[in-house]
Amino acid sequence: MHIHIPTPLRPYAGKQAVINVSAKTVGEALAGLTAQFPELRKHLYTDEGKLRAFVNIYLNDEDIRYIDHKENAPVKESDSLSIIPSIAGGTPVAEAPAAAALTPEEMARYSRHLILPEVGEAGQLKLKNARVLCIGAGGLGAPLTMYLAAAGVGTLGIVDFDVVEASNLHRQVIHGTSDIGRPKLDSAEDSLKAINPNVKIVKFETKLTSENALEIFKDFDIVADGTDNFPTRYLVNDACVLTGIPNVYASIYRFEGQASVFATEEGPCYRCLYPEPPPPGLVPSCAEGGVLGILPGLLGIIQATEVLKLILGEGEPLIGRLLLVDTLAMRFRELKLHKNADCPVCGTHPTVTKLIDYAEFCGIPAKSAEPAAEINGVPQMSVAELKRRMDAGENLFVLDVREPFEFAIAQIGGHLMPLNDLPRRVRELDPNRETVVLCKVGGRSQRAAEFLAQRGFGKVHNLAGGISAWSEAIDPSVPKY
Amino acid sequence: MSILRMEQAQFDAIRRHGEETYPHECCGVLLGRAEEDVNAVVDAVRAGNTRTDSAHNRYNIAPQELIQIQRQARQRGLDIVGFYHSHPDHPAQWSKTDLAEAHWFGCSYVITRVVGERNAEGAGTARCRATETNSFLLTGTVEEDKRLEAQPIEVAAAVGI
Repeated sequence: MHIHIPTPLRPYAGKQAVINVSAKTVGEALAGLTAQFPELRKHLYTDEGKLRAFVNIYLNDEDIRYIDHKENAPVKESDSLSIIPSIAGGTPVAEAPAAAALTPEEMARYSRHLILPEVGEAGQLKLKNARVLCIGAGGLGAPLTMYLAAAGVGTLGIVDFDVVEASNLHRQVIHGTSDIGRPKLDSAEDSLKAINPNVKIVKFETKLTSENALEIFKDFDIVADGTDNFPTRYLVNDACVLTGIPNVYASIYRFEGQASVFATEEGPCYRCLYPEPPPPGLVPSCAEGGVLGILPGLLGIIQATEVLKLILGEGEPLIGRLLLVDTLAMRFRELKLHKNADCPVCGTHPTVTKLIDYAEFCGIPAKSAEPAAEINGVPQMSVAELKRRMDAGENLFVLDVREPFEFAIAQIGGHLMPLNDLPRRVRELDPNRETVVLCKVGGRSQRAAEFLAQRGFGKVHNLAGGISAWSEAIDPSVPKY
Repeated sequence: MSILRMEQAQFDAIRRHGEETYPHECCGVLLGRAEEDVNAVVDAVRAGNTRTDSAHNRYNIAPQELIQIQRQARQRGLDIVGFYHSHPDHPAQWSKTDLAEAHWFGCSYVITRVVGERNAEGAGTARCRATETNSFLLTGTVEEDKRLEAQPIEVAAAVGI
């Protein structure tokens, strides 16, 4: 019987367009073909020996996938097989075909863009057709999304599963007082729609994980990372490199910030700069370390600027450059960043080709359903338990390892000895007395308790959740800060 | 340096096909002879786009249709030397999908950008025009190292076969 060889495979079949084989079934015919021409095998079959998905085999006029017995279908001498690789293609998925023009309302709205030579109508159309994904609707996400919406970015995706709290309002200006208690996504959507109803807001009310990141990212052109934790930073970076989308990055700490553009083809990625995350607990979050309210505002706008530049193709983006901002000195510095050829994600021989467990990567133990009874050998005491024992008048020594200014804001009695003073002043404490250590959320007190245990303190507990948990569960009149 | 050679008539026909199917992608097959460094096109045959679910940004040619086209081509002594499709309101550049779905090594993949013109007020049908047409040769030997490389198009009054 005849087997018709398509043009691309003829070089591997002795340059012939038709091969004759003797066979009783389709499978036998193909086996006969690859026996004569072993080079054809890798073009037709996967490593596991299955026909590659894009290879269509037709017995006369029928696709063997849809006939009885498929590869075991019987064949006659007069039958012919045709090998037809698929012919298909397309353009990136868009919800609607690209906009070709601005409406009169849009011309009026963006007039100050249209008269800029670097933008103009063509540039504004690029903005309208752009799809930007913002991770986080908090400190960085607030100015970022507001200014991108104002500028006319056509589609804004936002990922956030948090709820607006009072302590957000000193910096997250997209949310207002009346939004406290609402999901951040809903509050953000209202603000953004009020600024610019033309923008399509796509809400992702979920935690970004290795399971959903690639799926979410594939429909966007640029990602702006406004997250507040290291596992997500690494996840966003890796997902951007794997999907080939630029990652416009900014981070803040107290009075300082950083910004750059990662994951472009020619530039470095986040891992080129920070191959490993810091040990958990070393870098405090805004909740633990505090932040000047304006800081994410400034850095978020820098992010928005970089996003617009990438879309418009104007100016010099922060690719291969790390911008360092010191707001107290009001100094801006720059460091050169180089793409690391050995980077496990974006280097020449990447070892990370799938998304991993980022919590594990950052050394954060998996959360268990029950709060741990013991961490690193230190028994954990719940705030309820502490209250019970204090009310019972027990001889429990409460050691508060926070800073004096924190103590001034909120305290529940307890002997104040800041964490950094502990090694120097530990002699003031009685190692034989049962002690419970507390701080704001339980991190510093855990380290203090471990230190005391090592120094021979026999009965030391850590107050799980710290004074925040006390304020939450026991006595709301104790200020949260 | 490999080139794609075709007659003016075929070049115009490919572009017109894209204008007719706008805002959907059109697709078709290029028949001719593959010579050293030249894919010479003798005929451009229209094909149906089976991706009616997403025709504004996806195309697919049914293998059955291709078998027919190939059979007819064989009778005329011609080979398949490439395929053409259009990109409505999108650059005449291959996309990641185009590359992922390209398997005909040595064939030319021709793409035409068709843009919609601003409608006259109240007009029903979309007016459009074909702009750039580019050709890309699928090079490499296996799926893992395939590339689409820009290939110059030579449009002649008549192609001698």
